[in-house]
Amino acid sequence: MPNRSQIQARAAMMRVRFEAAGAQIVDPPLLQPADTLLDLYGEDIRARAYVTSDALRGEQMLRPDFTLPVVQMHMSDGAEPARYTYSGEVFRRQEHDPDRSNEYIQVGYEVFDRNDPAGADAEVFSLFALQLRGLPLRAATGDIGILTAAVAGLKTTDRRKAALMRHLWRPRRFRVLLDRFAGRKPGPEGRDSLLDAENPLDTDIPMIGKRRASEIEARIAALREDRDTPPISDNELVGLETLLNVRETMPFALEQLRDVAVDLPQITPALDRLEARIASLQARGVDVEGLDFEAAYGRTSMEYYDGFVFGFYAEGRPDLPPIATGGRYDALTRQLGNGAEIPAVGGVIRPDLMLEIEEDTR
Amino acid sequence: MSLKLGVPSKGRLMDKTFGWFEKRGITLSRSGSDREYAGKVEGIDGVSLILLSAGEIPRELAAGRIHLGVTGIDLVHEKLPRWEQQVEEISQLGFGKADLIIATPACWVDVDTLDDLDAAAAAFRKTHGHRLRIATKYHRLVREFLTDAGVADYTLVDSQGATEGTVMNETAEAIADITSTGETLRANHLKILTDGLILQSQATLWRSRVAKCDPETKATLNALLDRLR
Repeated sequence: MPNRSQIQARAAMMRVRFEAAGAQIVDPPLLQPADTLLDLYGEDIRARAYVTSDALRGEQMLRPDFTLPVVQMHMSDGAEPARYTYSGEVFRRQEHDPDRSNEYIQVGYEVFDRNDPAGADAEVFSLFALQLRGLPLRAATGDIGILTAAVAGLKTTDRRKAALMRHLWRPRRFRVLLDRFAGRKPGPEGRDSLLDAENPLDTDIPMIGKRRASEIEARIAALREDRDTPPISDNELVGLETLLNVRETMPFALEQLRDVAVDLPQITPALDRLEARIASLQARGVDVEGLDFEAAYGRTSMEYYDGFVFGFYAEGRPDLPPIATGGRYDALTRQLGNGAEIPAVGGVIRPDLMLEIEEDTR
Repeated sequence: MSLKLGVPSKGRLMDKTFGWFEKRGITLSRSGSDREYAGKVEGIDGVSLILLSAGEIPRELAAGRIHLGVTGIDLVHEKLPRWEQQVEEISQLGFGKADLIIATPACWVDVDTLDDLDAAAAAFRKTHGHRLRIATKYHRLVREFLTDAGVADYTLVDSQGATEGTVMNETAEAIADITSTGETLRANHLKILTDGLILQSQATLWRSRVAKCDPETKATLNALLDRLR
């Protein structure tokens, strides 16, 4: 196993290379306010991050990743365009697998640039590929933006689309919603009689709690509206299912997705962006013919990414987490920007895992 | 070295545990006064009784400070991640039965399932500017259950007692707690979600997988388990 000073030396070397590519070094604090992280990830983050607190500042979390503080820092006083690099520890609670580290070093590179998003995607990916050159790794890529576009363009109510969009990152819940909106799954028992009732709230049950009668009435009205909405068409459903199953090398994936666009024309602009990205990657010397693309990639683990996503995995070591991951997170800058926004893409590498794989191959 | 048996130190749980062992020819009792937490074991040699709070028994088993312990399935699953690696279930004792469930106000006529809870949570957050609060002391079990079910926009707030009252006091919108008859829930105008059963618990005898045993203790353990199983 590589020791700490070897890992730090490797991290420093990689950060120098990112600096040479034009990035400015940043060093966000180890303690992050818990509120922002909880707002963003919800309660699930407590299972993954260490929480601590003091009486003055309340709950703080030991930095579970760098992206969030880097985005906050850039949105409050960053110049444009900007490129950042960093290297340091992140902390992750491990409750299920004692073999996974709870503290490890990440080296990262983030690009905030309005011009040429395809070029920025390709810049990040090819810089990462360069840092990882020579290691027996498999790269996977995807694009959350295609799925988002497909959902946003469904011929159904905004309410249904918002519900699907909210659970894009939870495939099982997404599936349940889709089945319901397609009329394939009946509502819970007694739901019809509730919706048929003239005054569903006219019961002798006392009203308690902070959720008021008006909110219950609003949801009943929404459920009634939904019951009267025609199901999502089979064409669209088949299109979505085909889309989610696309798993090919990049050029073939694009071809298959163009076929899907016959049923789901709303994904065409996203596909044009994919095509531009393929061209940019090729221009930077990436072998796109051999690069995997999975339309569902990144759906379960990469919640703030909303466009291009990628990861590098060790061949023959399925026990290891990805060696590097990254992607585009335009929406995150909007969420944290207080009205401002900027297209952004970046990723992180784990030098400890790189060294471990190098030892394996020796 | 004697074999250490941990038993809840008070109340019905202690009495019923004593009764369960009595039926198997082993008499457990408190030595001295009611306030003293030392115990006595008759009917088998080499076993010492340790009286502990039921909530501390999982930790003592996992640390190997006791060889056997009686406590609820809920407490073991909540307090010991990867509990199967640390303790072995010897026998469910048939009392102390309780379900860990999610309950909402009964007046939420539009909420019957986790699906509904998730939709209500999304709307609630939009209206009130904070996530829907679920009061519980079973943080890990509830979070894993809700993550698995894909429920979002909730937050867990800690409640170590009188959890059913939090909704009425508006410090939480829903609760996750143990219930045996549902009486307290009904009295507080709460109802259980139809798919809101997280865990069925009862008093259970556990063996620590990490507690050190010399040959003599091992022999006592085997003799005791032969009589208990």
